[in-house]
Amino acid sequence: MARTLSAPVTVAFDYTRSTGPVLGRFLTGLRDGVVVGARTSSGTVVVPPPEYDPVTHEQTTDFVEVSSVGTVTSWSWVPEPVKGQPLDRPFAFALVTLDGADTPMLHAVDVDSATDMSTGMRVQVRWAADRVGAMTDIEAFVPLREDPPAAASTVGTEEATPITGVITPVSLDYVYAASPEESAFYRGLAEGRIVGQRCPACRKVYVPPRSACPSDGQPTSEEVELSHEGTVTTFCVVNVPFLGQKITPPYVSAYVLLDGADIAFLHLILDIPADEVRMGMRVKAVWKPEDEWGTTIENISHFSPTGDPDADYETYKNHL
Amino acid sequence: MAKQPAAVIGIGQTHHRAKREDVSMAGLCREAMDRALADAGMTLDEIDAIVVGKAPDLFEGVMMPELFLAEALGAAGKPLLRVHTAGSVGGSTAIVASSLVQAGVHKKVLTVAYEKQSESNAMWALSVPIPFNMPVHAGAGGYFAPHVRSYIRRAGAPNHIGAIVAAKDRNNALKNPYAHLHNEGTTVESVMASQMLWDPIRYDETCPSSDGACALVIASEDVAAASPNPAWIHGTVMRSEATSGAERDQVNPQASRDAAAALWKQAGITNPIDEIDMAEIYVPFSWFEPMWLESLGFAEPGDGWRLTESGATALDGRIPVNCSGGVLSSNPIGASGMLRFGEAALQVRGLAGEHQVDGARRALGHAYGGGSQFFAMWVVGSEKPGS
Repeated sequence: MARTLSAPVTVAFDYTRSTGPVLGRFLTGLRDGVVVGARTSSGTVVVPPPEYDPVTHEQTTDFVEVSSVGTVTSWSWVPEPVKGQPLDRPFAFALVTLDGADTPMLHAVDVDSATDMSTGMRVQVRWAADRVGAMTDIEAFVPLREDPPAAASTVGTEEATPITGVITPVSLDYVYAASPEESAFYRGLAEGRIVGQRCPACRKVYVPPRSACPSDGQPTSEEVELSHEGTVTTFCVVNVPFLGQKITPPYVSAYVLLDGADIAFLHLILDIPADEVRMGMRVKAVWKPEDEWGTTIENISHFSPTGDPDADYETYKNHL
Repeated sequence: MAKQPAAVIGIGQTHHRAKREDVSMAGLCREAMDRALADAGMTLDEIDAIVVGKAPDLFEGVMMPELFLAEALGAAGKPLLRVHTAGSVGGSTAIVASSLVQAGVHKKVLTVAYEKQSESNAMWALSVPIPFNMPVHAGAGGYFAPHVRSYIRRAGAPNHIGAIVAAKDRNNALKNPYAHLHNEGTTVESVMASQMLWDPIRYDETCPSSDGACALVIASEDVAAASPNPAWIHGTVMRSEATSGAERDQVNPQASRDAAAALWKQAGITNPIDEIDMAEIYVPFSWFEPMWLESLGFAEPGDGWRLTESGATALDGRIPVNCSGGVLSSNPIGASGMLRFGEAALQVRGLAGEHQVDGARRALGHAYGGGSQFFAMWVVGSEKPGS
């Protein structure tokens, strides 16, 4: 058995980007089938246009349409493309200086093998069939054919408005690894036990245990089996719905200080109207059916009032 | 060797809005920077170094935005630093920039902090479920609401104190043309009647989600001599602590108390409420005004709410707090701390316009971030320190 527990996590969001007027002009051009650069104060034509002039720092305003044909100035072969790259088959990343521009832009060249690539080769844009105002409107560059490249299909009038924003989906997949101390805690939960650990220096009992006590920097070590009952130190009632929420509001998110522990942890309070939950209320863990248990604190479905008298403020005031 | 004197000689900010769809991130920063440079009577070419601050990358989904921003910010050929301390970052960024001048490394440093909250969803970004844990997290409001409840219990405060703060700050914002919220007619009663979001925090007691930026030009003594109205830096401090520890004080954190004590000592202040003319304090949820008043030493522990209730923190009060409208009226997270620092400097320069405190000579700028984990503060004054 591995010493630590781990689990996959995906963090994904469709971010929106305001382009501003300069990048908006470039993206509007791509949608309309033309490549737009800008002339800087030193006379250099740069593609894509920089938002601000590198010398005067003024916002770029002198836009220039450049050719959709250009020259490869450097390249790198990608034998095994990964998800999210421009093409799903081997291709080249290349710096392409378009005719009329003085600086290269980075894009993909779609050829069968690296032997088809060379510095100085002439290439042309292959436009995407459906263009939306994004860098991917240029599907890729391809070697220049003898006949002049076909113009991009024209744009309908319904698309005549300038591009001001783009959507950038971001998705990160990674593996979350719990520390050895936390892993012991989660494994205890899989047996229906709540096992904290004591810091060898300050003697405080942490639940979950820590790989470094926040006060002493030492891993908690000595295991301490904790009661399934405790005290609500403080709480809030969540009434607000939000993206990614796992529990339907309203719900009570409370700090529960288990008997025998020196730190409270957050959990859910149920079996009582939200407006009757109190600081100092005594609660007990309500476990899910055993066949639903895993190595997670979610084995405890929620905490429920014990019905005992509230704890005296003095017993938890140092935990606020 | 003692620190070299340094002063704020240029301040710029954007018009903060829910969505600034007319500008890119670079454009947002440049709007604030260009105003700060104009205020300082300086061009970007004269700047020695640039220090950028912004809150967590997940808020906009851009890793290391300083890489793509470098050219637009005019940083090519200059040192470019990025500072990162969660919500306090605007404050700590200004402190890092000032330390470059105080250390004698540079004479003219431009610092800028920004957030474009409309490009993402901070509530989502702060509530990503962690495996094996209980998915009860509910953004910043969900994090801070239990600690606000603890404060109310500890201090024995009446329920309407938070609403007093919210009504005051929203009315102050009406005097600030840059503020995001201009909610006419906000009263204690209207705040109390607004929806309870994270009980005990109501909708009107919560900061908005804003796009915005703030920039400062910080200069050495010889450069500042040419400025008609420099805001001299009398003290700066940063402190941090662990987010969660056994018996950690979540209401009045040790790092906050330690930072305040060190700041007042540095600035030669023994009684803050009498020696500070106004304060811009990071109050994203209304109750944090009385909480920080106590932690900063403007009031004894348990008495912060009395100071608020007495009207002492109003624009014409004994210790005006957040005359700009504060975080409760504009919250471009990464910039919010720098706005506090910049608004404090505007006040001692006499340039705060309609929300100016008459005769303000020494002001506090304050920011905090994380789970009340990071603190950044400065004192600025109209006189050179020691003079």
